[in-house]
Amino acid sequence: MSGGQPLRVLDQVDLNVEPESFVAIVGPSGSGKTTLLGLLAGLDEPTEGRVTVAGKNLQTLTEDGRARFRAENVGFVFQTFHLLPTLTALENVMVPLELRDGASHESGRSIRERAMALLQRVGLADRAVHYPAQLSGGEQQRVALARAFANEPRILFADEPTGNLDRKTGQRVVGLMEEINQELKTTLVLVTHDLDLAARAHRTISLEDGRIVSEDGGGGDPEDGAAQ
Amino acid sequence: MIRGFTARLAWREGRAAYGRLSVFVTSIALGVGSLVAIHSFRADVQRSLGDQARALLGADVRISSNRAFPATFEAVLDSMAAQERDVARTTTLASMVLDTRSQGVRLFQIQGVDPGYPYYGEVTSTPNAAWRDIHEDPGAVADPAVFIQLDAAIGDTLLIGEARVVLRGEVTGLPTELGFQSAIGPRLYISRAQLPATGLLTFGSIARYHANFRMTEREDRDEFWNRNHELLEANQLRYTTAGVRAQEMSAAVEDVSRYLGLMGLAALFLGGIGVASAIHVYIREKVITVAILRCLGALQRTLFTAYLLQAAGLALVGSALGVALGMAVQWGLPMVLSGLLPAEVTTQVSWLSLGAGVLLGVWVAIMFALGPLLEVRGVSPLIALRHDFEPPKRTDALRIGAFVLLALTLVGLTVLEAPSPNQGIGFAVVLGGVALSLWATARVLILATRRFFPHGMSYPVRQGVSNLFRPRNQTVSVTLALGFGAFVIGTVGLVESSLTQAFTLEAGAGRWNLLLFDVQSDQRAAVESFMDSRASGPLAVTPLVPSQLSAINGTPIEALLERPRGERPSSWAMRRQYRHTYRADLSGSEVMVAGVWWDEPTVDGGDGAAGNGLAGNGAAGDRLAGDGSGGVARISMEADLAESLRVGLGDELTWDFGGVPVESRITSLRAVDWARFETNFYVIFEPGALEEAPQTAVILARIEGEREKAEMQRDLVVRFANVSVLDLSLLQRTIDEILQRANQGIRFLGVFSTVAGVLVLIGALSTSRYQRMRESALLKTLGARRRVVLKILTVEYAVLGSLSTAAGLVLAIFAGWLMTWTVFEVPFRLDLARIGTVWLWVTAVTVVVGLIGSRGVTSRPPLAVLRDVAG
Repeated sequence: MSGGQPLRVLDQVDLNVEPESFVAIVGPSGSGKTTLLGLLAGLDEPTEGRVTVAGKNLQTLTEDGRARFRAENVGFVFQTFHLLPTLTALENVMVPLELRDGASHESGRSIRERAMALLQRVGLADRAVHYPAQLSGGEQQRVALARAFANEPRILFADEPTGNLDRKTGQRVVGLMEEINQELKTTLVLVTHDLDLAARAHRTISLEDGRIVSEDGGGGDPEDGAAQ
Repeated sequence: MIRGFTARLAWREGRAAYGRLSVFVTSIALGVGSLVAIHSFRADVQRSLGDQARALLGADVRISSNRAFPATFEAVLDSMAAQERDVARTTTLASMVLDTRSQGVRLFQIQGVDPGYPYYGEVTSTPNAAWRDIHEDPGAVADPAVFIQLDAAIGDTLLIGEARVVLRGEVTGLPTELGFQSAIGPRLYISRAQLPATGLLTFGSIARYHANFRMTEREDRDEFWNRNHELLEANQLRYTTAGVRAQEMSAAVEDVSRYLGLMGLAALFLGGIGVASAIHVYIREKVITVAILRCLGALQRTLFTAYLLQAAGLALVGSALGVALGMAVQWGLPMVLSGLLPAEVTTQVSWLSLGAGVLLGVWVAIMFALGPLLEVRGVSPLIALRHDFEPPKRTDALRIGAFVLLALTLVGLTVLEAPSPNQGIGFAVVLGGVALSLWATARVLILATRRFFPHGMSYPVRQGVSNLFRPRNQTVSVTLALGFGAFVIGTVGLVESSLTQAFTLEAGAGRWNLLLFDVQSDQRAAVESFMDSRASGPLAVTPLVPSQLSAINGTPIEALLERPRGERPSSWAMRRQYRHTYRADLSGSEVMVAGVWWDEPTVDGGDGAAGNGLAGNGAAGDRLAGDGSGGVARISMEADLAESLRVGLGDELTWDFGGVPVESRITSLRAVDWARFETNFYVIFEPGALEEAPQTAVILARIEGEREKAEMQRDLVVRFANVSVLDLSLLQRTIDEILQRANQGIRFLGVFSTVAGVLVLIGALSTSRYQRMRESALLKTLGARRRVVLKILTVEYAVLGSLSTAAGLVLAIFAGWLMTWTVFEVPFRLDLARIGTVWLWVTAVTVVVGLIGSRGVTSRPPLAVLRDVAG
């Protein structure tokens, strides 16, 4: 709703994302990019249509069911990093591991070791006990990357991951994201304004006024990831 | 079962926030502190009373009467003395005492005591043996206040009535005398054997007689009771044991402490509001964190439980601090209330009070926190992507349930704490009504400022006023917090004002300031002429005629007393000793409620002529001098007494005046304002009915100047030794002192409510601190100067503060009126000066706290603020 009038943010969006692919969603402000990302991640529900991720129709799940699904299958990287300010870098990375249903069977020690290894992977093992406020923007985004990959998600959503970083740091973060993505064979869905960054994706989808106006690159298997 | 992650999250998330949640901790600490203090203090007083029961009575059993013991009971006392049982008698009366050296003269309580009294408790005196020696070497010992008031010294000769006694020493401690009693009437002790020499025990003199027994064994007490209770009852002799006396005192303390407990509860509830607002702010700040965790897959219940654990942990810390604070106050209260307590109060840790305090603190904090905590469940993960996303509002059954639970908690606690369940429910209803009225006021304020927006005013004023109704305004929370604080402070202040006025005896020039009593019939003319020459206005002379009721409508009292309790008049009203008067006019404190006064035409055609009763047309002792009205005197009765005696207009009562029966008929009923300082009576006879009966008189007079008053009293004591003078201005001073001490105690506890109120205010203002900071930073970025931003904030807080405080004070006026009439039964005084002061103070505090809370807004560069707020 906007000003009391219903507002159609996304309209007739039919999108399939193939597993292990790297898809970029681009478009001007207000085109519906973030709304689409929210729907794909199960953060929001469409008023019409269906969102199927990893074979699961998200509308059939309750709010907590979708949260469980995210804990098992989804990773996030945000423009403003969104590290929990009261947790250290290491604790931030541990959160997704601790949230998993099987976490109670996994010892705290092994969770800590795994989180530490991820921090090492992003080159921040020496900043493990630092709080977000004590880290630079690039460092915070690398911690956020480590957190996003902690539960080895099947799909990673990145919302303007370089929007708050200078060009050099941004490129370093994206390079790192691509590397880990390939290592873990994760599907990557990236929302960005940055056309250079979008160009690194296998496929680029352009949105305007809530509709897909163009698409570059190949398609995918609708059973593995789809937003309709 | 709480998963490890939930607990870890609670700890990790909370460790940085604990400092910021100090409002939460302090709020609950204050509430728990005041309750623990009151409960522990109550336990201390009750334990001390129990421990000192025998010392407080000075005996195991006491028989008391306000008349000399009848011959039948004297026989009992003689037989007990013959059996060498321990009996010590004491007689107390009031009399003027003149120090022949300093020429100081004052009215004191004179107590004649037998050797051996008190049997329990230690009497301390200076010199040490002085108390014991008054029996060997006739003399007096006195309270320290007597020395001060008479400017006396040991060795002085005192004139007590017609006796001259030497002041032998000072009593520094007598367990049977309560602090506040000696404050009202300082005491002088002489051997009872000396009392007759004073000549004070004359007709009509107000004295109290006690026989104190040492009966350590319960069987002895039971046997004494079984053997004598009929005799005691028939003669209206009061039987008291040490245990019963302690229980009575304990019950009085219990009542007072329960009222104080309600004040403590009000502080705890204020603390609860502080908790709710602190948690509300905290959760609002945590929205992004919650949204991120929801994105990462955290369940609603996991997050809710984590924050609930944090709140419980903080509540535990707050309650523990509150317990420590309460214990400190518990140690301080006996000092603050010294002189008002019925016993020497020793302090002991009451584990029950402490445990209850912690449990209560945690429970109340959680109940108040539950509503805001449940908001966690409604946080959408989408907020992590869009900060301004607001999910659609839905009715949340759990939140409604939380509010119901909170309401039940409040009602339950007030019912438990109040002196009676009805008062508890009444208190809870008033609190609920206050909260509802304040909420309604806030809504009206929001609507009214929008509707009657001051378009023509300057920009800062318009911006400040518009802050009251814009989205995320703080109008409701601040109105509730401030209004409630002002309500509590205002109510306490108004009740205090009304009580002070009710106990004010002498109001302004021209009113009587001296009361002469025990004026015998044969002295009356002489005393009147003695006073006439000194008084600055007319004297008011009121005769007092002692009497007892002997029959109602022809049925003797004894027969009525044999009827079952529900079917007979109150035995207290039938048995009591009355002091009647006769006069032609109504006094200022009386209002007719039924029937007609003497000078009005009666229904049966009576002309109101005097002459009935013990009138001058026959010798005293004649049975009614008839005058054509059937020999029945007309009387006017106080309406409540008529109800107790189950009589009304036209009913006939027979009175016993020193053995002479007098018939009377009720021809009018009056309502009497007993709180007003007048000579008030239950029964007034028509003029001419009792003139010849044995009687005394009281005289009200006014003498200007302290020296003149002192001289008059000195002369009076020399000429009329048995006549006593009560200096009303001195009495007023004493009452003021006692009230002041009681107020000290109330204010001491009121501080908790006030501080809790300020905390609530801080909490409420922080609710929108970030919003204000952001807006102000934006204004500064757009070019607004610091002064303009400060003006906007000042206008907003001044409008909010003044209107919310006014709303709270209007409610306080209603509550004060209700309390003075129903609880304290005194007239209500609308002390506008006091209300105005509270209004100004609370408004000023709101503006100051508001501006201090927003200091970052004006002092920090806008970019820093915008960065912080955005982060």
